[in-house]
Amino acid sequence: MHPFSYSSVNDAAAAVREQATHSHSTFIAGGTNLLDLMKENVARPAHLIGLNQLPLAFVEDTPEGGLRLGALATNANTAYHPEVEKRYPLLSQAILSGATAQLRNMATNGGNLMQRTRCYYFYDLTTPCNKREPGSGCSALGGFNRIHAILGASEQCIATHPSDMCVALTALDALVCVQGPQGERVLPFADFHRLPGSTPHQDNNLKPGELITALELPKQGFAQHYHYLKIRDRASYAFALVSIAAVLELDGDTITEARVALGGVAHKPWRERAAEELLIGQPTTEATFTKAASYLLRGARGYGHNDFKIELAKRGIVRALQQAAAEPRGPRALPWA
Amino acid sequence: MNDDQDSPSTGQSTLPAASEITAAPAAFGKYRAPTRAAFGLTSPVETSSVHLTINGQPREFHLAPWTTLLDALRLYAGLMGTKKGCDHGQCGACTVLVNGTRINSCLTLAVMQQGQQITTIEGLGTATSLSALQQAFIDHDAFQCGYCTPGQICSAQGLLYEGKAHTEDEIREQMSGNLCRCGAYVNILAAVKEVVDAQTA
Ligand SMILES: Cc1cc2nc3c(=O)[nH]c(=O)nc-3n(C[C@H](O)[C@H](O)[C@H](O)COP(=O)(O)OP(=O)(O)OC[C@H]3O[C@@H](n4cnc5c(N)ncnc54)[C@H](O)[C@@H]3O)c2cc1C
Ligand code: SF4
Ligand code: FES
Ligand code: FES
Repeated sequence: MHPFSYSSVNDAAAAVREQATHSHSTFIAGGTNLLDLMKENVARPAHLIGLNQLPLAFVEDTPEGGLRLGALATNANTAYHPEVEKRYPLLSQAILSGATAQLRNMATNGGNLMQRTRCYYFYDLTTPCNKREPGSGCSALGGFNRIHAILGASEQCIATHPSDMCVALTALDALVCVQGPQGERVLPFADFHRLPGSTPHQDNNLKPGELITALELPKQGFAQHYHYLKIRDRASYAFALVSIAAVLELDGDTITEARVALGGVAHKPWRERAAEELLIGQPTTEATFTKAASYLLRGARGYGHNDFKIELAKRGIVRALQQAAAEPRGPRALPWA
Repeated sequence: MNDDQDSPSTGQSTLPAASEITAAPAAFGKYRAPTRAAFGLTSPVETSSVHLTINGQPREFHLAPWTTLLDALRLYAGLMGTKKGCDHGQCGACTVLVNGTRINSCLTLAVMQQGQQITTIEGLGTATSLSALQQAFIDHDAFQCGYCTPGQICSAQGLLYEGKAHTEDEIREQMSGNLCRCGAYVNILAAVKEVVDAQTA
């Protein structure tokens, strides 16, 4: 690690102020992604602002009947929170499918959104990478790209966002509350992360110096019909090759509402309203689900090693929707179920 | 990592008292703290005072900000039970408990744990008074080389406190953050299951 200085702050305003007074400073929450990148010299901040004393580890009701998840609440405390288990079981399932018990005990909700890609070239300082070093090129395009994107990629970057939690948050229409030098603002989850385009070094639309303070879940939690399907190389402790967050509202066998978000396939969790529209008013049959799956993958493109993901994603979508449509599952299904 | 040189082996040299320890534990075993010149620094490395309660004992250290909790425990507190496997959160060998919660000590800085209660394998039991998990690991022959074992046992202790794992499948999933290069998984599972069963019976 390069040397750096460290300070700890007690409230959000102080965190924002600290960021402005130190050049090349970065927030640190759980540390599970940032310290890893610092040990690899991919990240070289001159100053770290420790956030773990901020009073943002809450999980609390909103007046609108939803739930606010503090940015400093750990992934474990969020997933196991009784209100999350009961009202947003999709989110519990997605979080618990990621990383390990130890890492989830450290990782925070804010840090989870901000975690960087697991593209091997991004981590390898000896290879070109536009995300790490704008303009240097993309080693994954003609290289080993088994874990890379099949949707929304650009000629500059084909990386994926690795989070499981964010896929569920996308399906649940969460909001991201941030505080910065210009004050507070709220971003719809779909507008938080970016596609790579010609600026792959920018993962998201957070402005310099802005702090995530909370995530807000709207009232509707889809606690009856939900499924997070994570497809990976081993049964636990691996990032998703493809993951699917599927939720439904049903009237008998007829779909009245549907959401499908995909992980592991793009630079951000992938969701298209038009695909969900195809499901409304339809019976919960394989034919219905296949139609939506084909629509979602219609623009997909493989880069050689990851061609298999296109068919895998289609089949995964059908499977996840079938699971969601099956008997109401009740709260907290096991992550591997 | 520059500060990531060979760790001293157990049993070497007497440990300096906590109050004597400063940024550079140069006299400590084989370990040589990185010199300021190695960082191209002209001013002294700024250390800060870090208070940790380790296995019930309050301790104070003066540490550079980039000292991980793992390095603080091994190099500055002299507790060699906690192991460094990957140093990247991937193997679980460095698992310790912070306020009873299991974490990877390689992915947190000591300064981030200011004032916390740390429990390492040395704090779970002693040779004459083994913890239930330590005894179960012996009874079930749940290790070969033993390198992963302190992390396995601290992790399993955290699993017991969390109370989320009861069946074998649940224990497998909840212990997946601890890799065993020797592949002693079958016996590790049996040892953990025995203690889980005993505590829920
Ligand atoms: C071995 C391993 C396996 C993993 N497997 C998975 C997996 O399967 N699925 C998965 O989803 N994740 C996985 N992860 C990633 C893990 O979930 C993230 O590392 C974690 O969520 C990051 O949170 P943190 O609090 O530790 O962030 P930190 O490392 O502290 O910070 C990460 C980034 O977020 C910024 N940041 C943190 N908090 C805020 C805030 N409030 N406002 C603004 N910026 C902020 C920091 O500045 C930094 O840039 C894995 C990680 C490891 C090491
Ligand atoms: S895919 Fe993106 S992150 Fe990976 S090498 Fe290319 S530019 Fe870098
Ligand atoms: S040494 Fe910390 S997880 Fe491997
Ligand atoms: S006993 Fe050798 S690594 Fe587990």
